[in-house]
Amino acid sequence: MKSQAAISIEKHVIHCRGAWTLPNLVQLERQIQTLRWPDVSDVQFDTVDVTAMDTGGALLLQRCLKSIPRNGQGSAPRGLRPEFADLLEKVQMQRPRPEQGAAARGANWAERITRVVKARQAAALRALAFIGESTIAFGQALVHPRTIRWRALLRFVELDGVRALPITGLLTFLVGIVIAYQGAEQLRKFGTNIFIVDLVGISLLREIAPLIVAILIAGRSGSAYAAEIGTMKVTEELDAVRTLGISPMNLLVLPRALALVIALPLLTVYADAVGVFGGMLIALGELNVSFVEFVSRFEEAVPVRHFLIGLGKAPFFAALIALVGCYQGFQIRGGVDDVGRHTTISVVQGIFLVIVFDAICSILLNWWDL
Amino acid sequence: MKPSATNIDRPVIEVDRVSTKFGQAVVHESISLSIRRGEIFAIAGGNGCGKTTLLREIIGLITPSAGTIRLFGLDSRKLEMGDGHPVHRRFGVMFQQGGLFSSLTLAENVAVPLREHTTLSAGLIREIVAAKIAMVDLPPDSAVKYPAELSGGMRRRAALARAIVMDPELLFLDEPTAGLDPIVAAAFDELVLSLKRLLGLTVVMVTHDLDSLWEIATRVAVLGRGTVLGIGTMQELSQSNDLTVREYFHGPRGRAAREQAVRNGQRRDA
Repeated sequence: MKSQAAISIEKHVIHCRGAWTLPNLVQLERQIQTLRWPDVSDVQFDTVDVTAMDTGGALLLQRCLKSIPRNGQGSAPRGLRPEFADLLEKVQMQRPRPEQGAAARGANWAERITRVVKARQAAALRALAFIGESTIAFGQALVHPRTIRWRALLRFVELDGVRALPITGLLTFLVGIVIAYQGAEQLRKFGTNIFIVDLVGISLLREIAPLIVAILIAGRSGSAYAAEIGTMKVTEELDAVRTLGISPMNLLVLPRALALVIALPLLTVYADAVGVFGGMLIALGELNVSFVEFVSRFEEAVPVRHFLIGLGKAPFFAALIALVGCYQGFQIRGGVDDVGRHTTISVVQGIFLVIVFDAICSILLNWWDL
Repeated sequence: MKPSATNIDRPVIEVDRVSTKFGQAVVHESISLSIRRGEIFAIAGGNGCGKTTLLREIIGLITPSAGTIRLFGLDSRKLEMGDGHPVHRRFGVMFQQGGLFSSLTLAENVAVPLREHTTLSAGLIREIVAAKIAMVDLPPDSAVKYPAELSGGMRRRAALARAIVMDPELLFLDEPTAGLDPIVAAAFDELVLSLKRLLGLTVVMVTHDLDSLWEIATRVAVLGRGTVLGIGTMQELSQSNDLTVREYFHGPRGRAAREQAVRNGQRRDA
């Protein structure tokens, strides 16, 4: 049977009893709140029967001592065991000053806005610096191709290009099927079945295949770059790289960025082919357009510029994804949750920038009548 | 300080013929020791002799290959982690790297056990947390900082504050002073001593800091070659017949730490 804790008032004497420890504190705090403190000066605290006390209990006793309105210095609790008195004294010495926490947190809204604006400003500057640094590194690599780490570069081409073939193939194949299905419904109504070739060919080659590949790679490789570089930062590997006199740009960013710039266009060509093949299957099944008809129509209906525009966007997508991924990796400061946060940001920003860039391209190319 | 259901005379921790094997590698071979209430018990020994492994076995994070470990008389195999067994409220652990949650501020970190295991009012939790932060000598304004913003020494203190926030009977420290500068390390030793006195703790620590061993340990167990090479007070161990133990304490660092401890002892007596 655990001893209960209790507090009661008899005239000028406040009796405290039992174990003032964590399991009893909830009930004890409730008791204290219902008490009516005597409004006299010579109040005595009787604590002979306190059998146990921990920090929380000491804090509650301290709260009682303070809540007597006219309680002067004099009324120390009577009969408190010395070890509990030590604890009480320690707790009394360490009364937290509430204003300190508030000040550090910054309660003022204007202050908070200022802080956010300043943080954004600093982030924008850092991003700008990163773009500058990577451009310089890229330029230097162009002038001295020997400084490029070809081994690492080829490894990333394999990891982020070759290994991504199955998933990009499957995805664009399915997208080709979906587009063909949606088109088939409408085209059959007008009896213009053969136009399925225009629909599938132009939309896939020019827009959808590069976009699907880019989004997939942003999720697959952009996040990996952020997490890899971020973890290296957390484990001080990045600092080691710097102190060994190696440029992190040259060692980490360039191989990744160049590898993606090489791999993404290749993946796009592959995705074009697989996606169109998916469309061909549906054209055959739904619209009775044979493979031979499809291919011969393809030559005249889909000018090569659509293919080239789609392909031309791919390296830019690649650069955006790789740079955002690496940049977010370098931004990781603290610990574990920071890695997760910046990895997420790298994917979201990567996809966002890819789509924004794609939209700008569409508008510009439309102006130039391409 | 707290009323305890178990017999006072019974050791808080009993390690009985514990063996540990990781695959082919044998870490412990039939280790037995018992830790009494109210002492500061240190587990010492060279690198890789299984000190931390033994600690992790005692708190139930790993299961030994053979033998039993009793914590407050309870078989530690029964405290599978994360099941909220009441015994978890009776001990606190400070991990080597702190183990602070990086997504929470210092104050939130310290408050976690209270929030999870009690129904105390938010106000009282805040007060207890502030008191614990002050007890480990951290400045009040560090309460709103995240672990990443704290120095190594401050992170140790924060981890210690979280370990003692429930006023446990038993405190485990894994290499509390490793990597701290001598002044901070000495201050940490003092802190452990004062908390032990204030809260009536039993402390079990893994360390190879010879200064800590001389200054604060009541008894020390030296592990090596898979067994306990020696157990007792530092004075007894330094007279040990075992060559490894003697080497451990009589190397140049060991002598310096001992002389320092003797000087400190004289100063205290004076």
